[in-house]
Amino acid sequence: MASISKDIQQLLLKEFTLEWRNRHSLNGLLLYVISTIFVCYLSFKNIIEPTAWNALFWIIILFASTQAAFRSFITESKGRLLYLYTLTSPQAVILSKMIYNMLLIAAISVISYLFYALVLGNVVENSSLFLIALLAGSMGLAAILTMMSAIASKAGNGSTLMVILSFPVVVPLLMTIIKLCDQAIKGFFLSETYQYVIALVALNLISITLSYLLFPYLWRE
Amino acid sequence: MRNMKKNWWKIVAVIFILYVIIAGFLMPVPTLPILHETIRNLYFHVTMWFGMIIILMVSLIYSIKYLSKQKNEYDIVASEAANVGLFFGVLGITTGMLWANFTWGSWWVNDPKLNGAAITLLIYLAYFVLRGSIDDEEKRAKVSAVYNIFAYVMLIVFVGILPRLTDSLHPGNGGNPGFGKYDLDNNMRLVFYPAIIGWTLLGVWIMSLRIRMKKLQIEKLEN
Repeated sequence: MASISKDIQQLLLKEFTLEWRNRHSLNGLLLYVISTIFVCYLSFKNIIEPTAWNALFWIIILFASTQAAFRSFITESKGRLLYLYTLTSPQAVILSKMIYNMLLIAAISVISYLFYALVLGNVVENSSLFLIALLAGSMGLAAILTMMSAIASKAGNGSTLMVILSFPVVVPLLMTIIKLCDQAIKGFFLSETYQYVIALVALNLISITLSYLLFPYLWRE
Repeated sequence: MRNMKKNWWKIVAVIFILYVIIAGFLMPVPTLPILHETIRNLYFHVTMWFGMIIILMVSLIYSIKYLSKQKNEYDIVASEAANVGLFFGVLGITTGMLWANFTWGSWWVNDPKLNGAAITLLIYLAYFVLRGSIDDEEKRAKVSAVYNIFAYVMLIVFVGILPRLTDSLHPGNGGNPGFGKYDLDNNMRLVFYPAIIGWTLLGVWIMSLRIRMKKLQIEKLEN
């Protein structure tokens, strides 16, 4: 167990270094969200209706995080994966990729929330609950999408396959997040919406466990 | 005679399905407001979903078996079971929409159970797109088995757990009486349970034919 956590640390370090050397890709991702939100702003001007506000926001996040997670296995060269294979366990690889994507997607969704609220108006009444939903939601999205990216990379059919594989699988998570955010927008407190929080945490745990158990089979080829 | 011993369940399937079609349309049913005669759809729509879930469960089990044993045969069973499950799903959703149009006045309403049905179809369609996009046999079997397991668990969460958090129009949810409670009288049970067995057996039959076909195709390719 100790060696796994050490491996994960090293692999995470590798991810950060690679991302930093490849800044244009990260900047591209940020620009992707920002320009999407700006296009939405220009088409809607101002959204007062909370349901529409919430749904549009999460659709943007869903596409952005799919795009973010998509890069995690496709961009790895065959040689590098083979090299990792000789060095470490598959569990360490999937966990490190997942943690990295969680941080990335959480950062992207917070930035998009700020920008989205800036241009389209902020309708959220209980922002702390909304932030909890945002962070827990990005964790779950990262867990599922990282695994789907691993599957899609094996098929080599590009982003179309990634999208059709992930969207139906992501739906239970997305519906729970949207429900919880809806409550946050209406100003409910955490104590009043605990069942959605529990559902969200349970879904996160299920997806992390499934990925942890199933990834080794994808890894050995 | 040996054939009879091996194939008795096919005869059972045919008899049960004939019985369900005849008795389902002719036997008396409880007269309930709004539902009226559409209650007979219970014998077709609900039982087809049961059949689908059972056959998809077979697909899941064979996917797990494939991952642990890596036998090509398991992969064929898993994919054909998913195929038949998808077919039953399409039938189930069509009969359900027909029923919804008469009872709720619309072909599609926003409801967790209906959405779950649609997501099921999307998941298994994606499963076949995934299978189609990998050429290498072993890789295809492994990757699609992984997706199958992942997707099935998410599906169960979506259909079985999340709806309990919200209200639903569908019978059996959010204060709406389920058929089991008091609508399903003993007369209806007499048709309902054979219907589940009948549709499931029919599904297994179609599946076994398709598996045999697949195996012959592979044999022909190899020689």
